[in-house]
Amino acid sequence: MEGDPEKPLDVLVNSPGREGLTGTTPVDMYAPVRDPEQITIAPDGRPMTQQPTWRQDFPIDWPQDHYVARRDFAKFLVLTSAAFVIGQLWIGLQNAWRKRRGEFPLRKIASFSAIPVGGSVVFHYPDAHADCILVRTSERELVAFSQKCTHLSCAVVPDVEKGIFRCPCHEGFFDLKTGRNIAGPPPRPLPRVILSVRGDDIFATGIEWRTI
Amino acid sequence: MKPEHLQFFIDPNRCIGCQACVQACTECDTHRGVSMIHLEYIERSSSVQTVPIVCMHCEQPTCAEVCPADAIKRTADGVVQSARKPRCIACGNCVKACPFGVPEVYEDRQIMMKCDMCYDRSSVGKKPMCTTVCPSQALFFGTREQIAQLRPMSMPTNQFQFGNQTITTKVSIMIPRHGAISPLVNILDAMDERPTARSVSLPVIAGATDDPFAEVKV
Repeated sequence: MEGDPEKPLDVLVNSPGREGLTGTTPVDMYAPVRDPEQITIAPDGRPMTQQPTWRQDFPIDWPQDHYVARRDFAKFLVLTSAAFVIGQLWIGLQNAWRKRRGEFPLRKIASFSAIPVGGSVVFHYPDAHADCILVRTSERELVAFSQKCTHLSCAVVPDVEKGIFRCPCHEGFFDLKTGRNIAGPPPRPLPRVILSVRGDDIFATGIEWRTI
Repeated sequence: MKPEHLQFFIDPNRCIGCQACVQACTECDTHRGVSMIHLEYIERSSSVQTVPIVCMHCEQPTCAEVCPADAIKRTADGVVQSARKPRCIACGNCVKACPFGVPEVYEDRQIMMKCDMCYDRSSVGKKPMCTTVCPSQALFFGTREQIAQLRPMSMPTNQFQFGNQTITTKVSIMIPRHGAISPLVNILDAMDERPTARSVSLPVIAGATDDPFAEVKV
């Protein structure tokens, strides 16, 4: 390019007529902008389609690195939504499963007529490792509690005449009617087994965990 | 007609080794106390000639090609930036790969830093620091028409040969317009070349004309 000797060029960047003119800021002002997918040229000069995938995944140029194609964005949206849906389903399933697990089974323990007044029956509820005891305290009265002492899990022994459960290990006492801890080391009442009598049959329907 | 793109021109012939660019670069806030420009003696035992080297901002940056951590990125205006701090692992691949010896790894802070053409300045329309202070304009930031008018004996080139690799850069180097230079400047050639003894006479006084330097005999 030949300079005009009559009009020498002003080399200052901020001279009149050159305001805002920079060497860097507006990318598309002077140089034609290439497709963001085509900016980075590999050293071997071949087009991007013939390059290994890592070169497309890790382009050198920022615009290409930040460029998100519409298809990629749509894919992202769909996959993210699908992940949310699956997550919600999973949470729902877990809730249902947990609820079902928490329900106590209905199980026949004994026959009403088979237990004499003042007699007791040991049974397992809700599973085989949970020992419980059923006591017929009077003609029409039944109580059932977990047999494990709340102190150190010894088996409690009913004494209908005195109206107590006694734990022989450390002399703990519970009330026979309510299962409340009345003397000795036990810190909590015995868990109560909820009973249901249908005809002659006695069913256990649940366990009430108590702290007081 | 749209005005031309501003470019960086290095004219090694005009470098007087005054270290002004080094000091100006050191003052920059983005890397305070550390100079990104290299002021090299070409053959210190036999010559005082120095040459300033800034990042040449290659079309296909070798430093970024060899970076295993994807830390060296180029912005849309063609400026190859310093290593991204969260990514750089200070492995030094770029230091070994750069044909111009520009990147440096700073062991104390575990990161590579290099010249980014004063991106904080040049991206808002200011000249890079080194070009604002260079007293002999060995470092020049302007348009091609400006440099053509200011340096009629020279011409800019931005293509180099480095072994089998042809490098096209954003920054240009001024070479003699009528010199015996092969189409591309070969970087490796200069490594073994020794300066020849020369005598320079300046007929400044006898028959002085408007431009005494026009008759310099080398």
